[in-house]
Amino acid sequence: MAEEFKEMSPSDFFYRNRDIAGFTNPSRAIYSTIRELIENSLDACEIHGILPDIYIRISAETEETPDPAIYRVRVEDNGSGLPSEVIPSAFGQVLFGSKYKLRQTRGTFGLGVKMAVLYGQITTHGQSRILSSTGTSKMYEYTLMMDIQKNRPIVVKHKVHSNKAKWHGTIVEFTTEADYTRAMAKILDYLKQTAIVVPYANLTFVDPRGRFYKFDRATTLMPKPPTETLPHPHGIDIETFKRMIDSTSSRTMKDFMKRHFQRVGEAIARRFLEFSGISPKKNPRKLAQEELVKLVNAIKNYDGFLSPDAGCLSPLGDELLRTGIKKELAPEFMSVYQRKPAAYSGFPFIVEVGVAYGGDILKTDGILLYRFANRIPLLFDEASDISYKVTNETMNWRHYKVLPDTPIAVFVHICSLKIPYKTVGKEFIADRPEVEHEVLNAMREVARHLALFLSKKHHMEREKKRLDVFLKYLPKIAFFSAKLAKKEKVPDVKRLLRSVAKYAEEQGEEEGTEGSG
Amino acid sequence: MPKSKEKKKEQKGAVKERKKKVIGALQDFGNKIYGQITSGEFPSVKMPSRSINNIYYDQKLRQYILGTRSVKRSSRNVRHIKPLTQLSWTGMFVDELTRQRKTSTLRDVFYSAQAYEMSFVDQQESDNLITDLETIIGFAREDFSVFPEERSAIFGDLTIEYTLPGYEGKKLNLASHPDGMMIGPALTSSEFVGCKADKVIAIEKGGLFTRFIEERVHTKHKALLIHTAGQAPRATRGFLRRLNQELKLPVYLFTDGDPWGMHIAMVIISGSANAAHLRDLNTPDAKWFGVWATDIVDYKLPSDKLTELDVKRLYELKKDPRYKGKLWNREIDTFIKIKKKAEQEAFSKYGLTYIVDEYLPAKLEMAESE
Repeated sequence: MAEEFKEMSPSDFFYRNRDIAGFTNPSRAIYSTIRELIENSLDACEIHGILPDIYIRISAETEETPDPAIYRVRVEDNGSGLPSEVIPSAFGQVLFGSKYKLRQTRGTFGLGVKMAVLYGQITTHGQSRILSSTGTSKMYEYTLMMDIQKNRPIVVKHKVHSNKAKWHGTIVEFTTEADYTRAMAKILDYLKQTAIVVPYANLTFVDPRGRFYKFDRATTLMPKPPTETLPHPHGIDIETFKRMIDSTSSRTMKDFMKRHFQRVGEAIARRFLEFSGISPKKNPRKLAQEELVKLVNAIKNYDGFLSPDAGCLSPLGDELLRTGIKKELAPEFMSVYQRKPAAYSGFPFIVEVGVAYGGDILKTDGILLYRFANRIPLLFDEASDISYKVTNETMNWRHYKVLPDTPIAVFVHICSLKIPYKTVGKEFIADRPEVEHEVLNAMREVARHLALFLSKKHHMEREKKRLDVFLKYLPKIAFFSAKLAKKEKVPDVKRLLRSVAKYAEEQGEEEGTEGSG
Repeated sequence: MPKSKEKKKEQKGAVKERKKKVIGALQDFGNKIYGQITSGEFPSVKMPSRSINNIYYDQKLRQYILGTRSVKRSSRNVRHIKPLTQLSWTGMFVDELTRQRKTSTLRDVFYSAQAYEMSFVDQQESDNLITDLETIIGFAREDFSVFPEERSAIFGDLTIEYTLPGYEGKKLNLASHPDGMMIGPALTSSEFVGCKADKVIAIEKGGLFTRFIEERVHTKHKALLIHTAGQAPRATRGFLRRLNQELKLPVYLFTDGDPWGMHIAMVIISGSANAAHLRDLNTPDAKWFGVWATDIVDYKLPSDKLTELDVKRLYELKKDPRYKGKLWNREIDTFIKIKKKAEQEAFSKYGLTYIVDEYLPAKLEMAESE
């Protein structure tokens, strides 16, 4: 197998397998293109703590051609920018990871952007233009092509501009084949959901019909940037292990274990190697194939490792999740909850769940579900997702006073060093029992708060109705009785109304403080 | 029918007197609610419960009456406030009607309420409210000018004087139209000024009523003839009572010979459970003189078999406290025994006039000799 792969370059491989990466057809391709570019831009901002300003434009290259047609895509960000020398390979060469540190990011090694560029080049034979600066006095412009078979960038043009304003960021522009008509709804949905999960970003989108969409930043608060971390032993497979050994400078196995894995110190390294039957003094580069297999199996079976460190993760946090939901849906009520970190197969993860009621959330037959993974909205294959299963099958909403037509939305954000996607398309999360458990518990927590709110609301509505009945009928009784008793003056019912209203008011005040909490 | 002058005078004002009392009762009702509101209380009314376990048969009054249980409708209760509003509106509505001497039907009441944004859900609801009002003020709806749709008729030598606006003082002899006169609000609100009859015969069936007029029963037997048209409307029952009480006329009831006909007679005599909250609608001294079960045997009348429903009804009546008398027991038992029933028209077997020439005189003789 491995030998066959060597004959095909990585970019060739992805080209031939573009279906699995989300480039199935011109409609799905433009959606994936926009998505990958935005995610790349957001990552470039967040890692350096920059509030993102992202401008996206799609324009038709030819006029009035029916879809699928050729479009020009342009995405500008104010991220950290790229050093001149890495620009060609960043956009023109598909690379497998060469670094063995992990960090919570949206994309993996920028693969998605390269796929987008690659797809554009294949469908339109066009070049891509990149302009970037890291905020120095210079700005670099590249016009690139990709040599697919050799997996090498071809620099068509290279220019250096002066950058007096010390602008930092990246501008990417290329042509691609797209079916915008069919992709439009999904793209807008994607932007709206991104605005929820990244409420501190300004997103501007100009579509091919000249329509302008703006999602404004609602806060300047940003989550703590994710930090790089070493892999946990349980998250390692044999292939990765081999590569780590190939590139390590450690001369003993004990040193190797301590240096390349998280939460492995002297004692744990020693005990583990004892368990595996490999000498701590063994030079990792000299491990035989059988020893390697033995070692990796031992890692899987050894339960003496500490649980993965979640300190490297960057969850949204209650306040940002609230801000995002409020900004895009203006709900009447919401509750958010962040679970304590958990882990699956050596990867730490944190689940955050929110529930919102009313406001812009429309009454539908079911529950509106917003899924996010590492701050990416997931829009496709909803029914296959673990959150869908929990929301629609496991949860007994009736128990939380939610009826089929109650307008509620549920938000599930999972952040992890490695999101357990079921497919390369990164659209839905697999049925991991550890993840399911966390999602369910978080959802129950917010649902409890919702239930409290709903029962208070129902109570208030009943009270209001009750009061309305008195308001409607007491004056009538007064009027009829005056007529019947032949009195000139209709008796005043204000006193009676006040006494019924009193109870409702007390309830109302209590509600006010509760609702803002 | 000898009568002193004094008595006649007293009798003449009876209708007007009653009207005054009704208006007074309505005003009392209004005053009560008005007073409650001005003293800061939630308006409420208390009235005897009309539920089945609060209806008793009063041997002395010889009618059904309500027991001591009562229900309270308070506007403090959110479920009661609408009915109470409707009740006070109904009071106001009928007060105006009564003062203006106008009448209306139950159906009118149902629709009129809609102008005040407190519509009744259905006719049943508005009818119930009217009954509530009857219970509270102690007068029948006919007294406050609300009538049902059904009407019955009267024929005979009775002279009445209208009190209805536009007709006041006008007199009419009820023998002046051979189809009979409708017993409606104009008639029931009239005073009696002259009567040459010495008895009243109430007849269930319209055909027979006409036959009696044709055969001049009213002159032959000096009788006022009343067509009940099935179960007698309350206005007719009240009217029969007035004929009996004010003019001291004996009342004879002639119905089909089956449990249903028998019960038409009984309701005229002892009132209905539905009207247990009301007085002065029954005529305790009225007599049922046919068609009896024993008549079916004695006169060999053509008959039908009793249905299952008929038999069931007979057993119900057997338990009814109103049916305690000897006559009733005998007739119920005979029905059950012979398992037969006969209509009033069955006498036609012996010729159209047989019933008037033979049967009626025999029955009257028997009744008067009692």
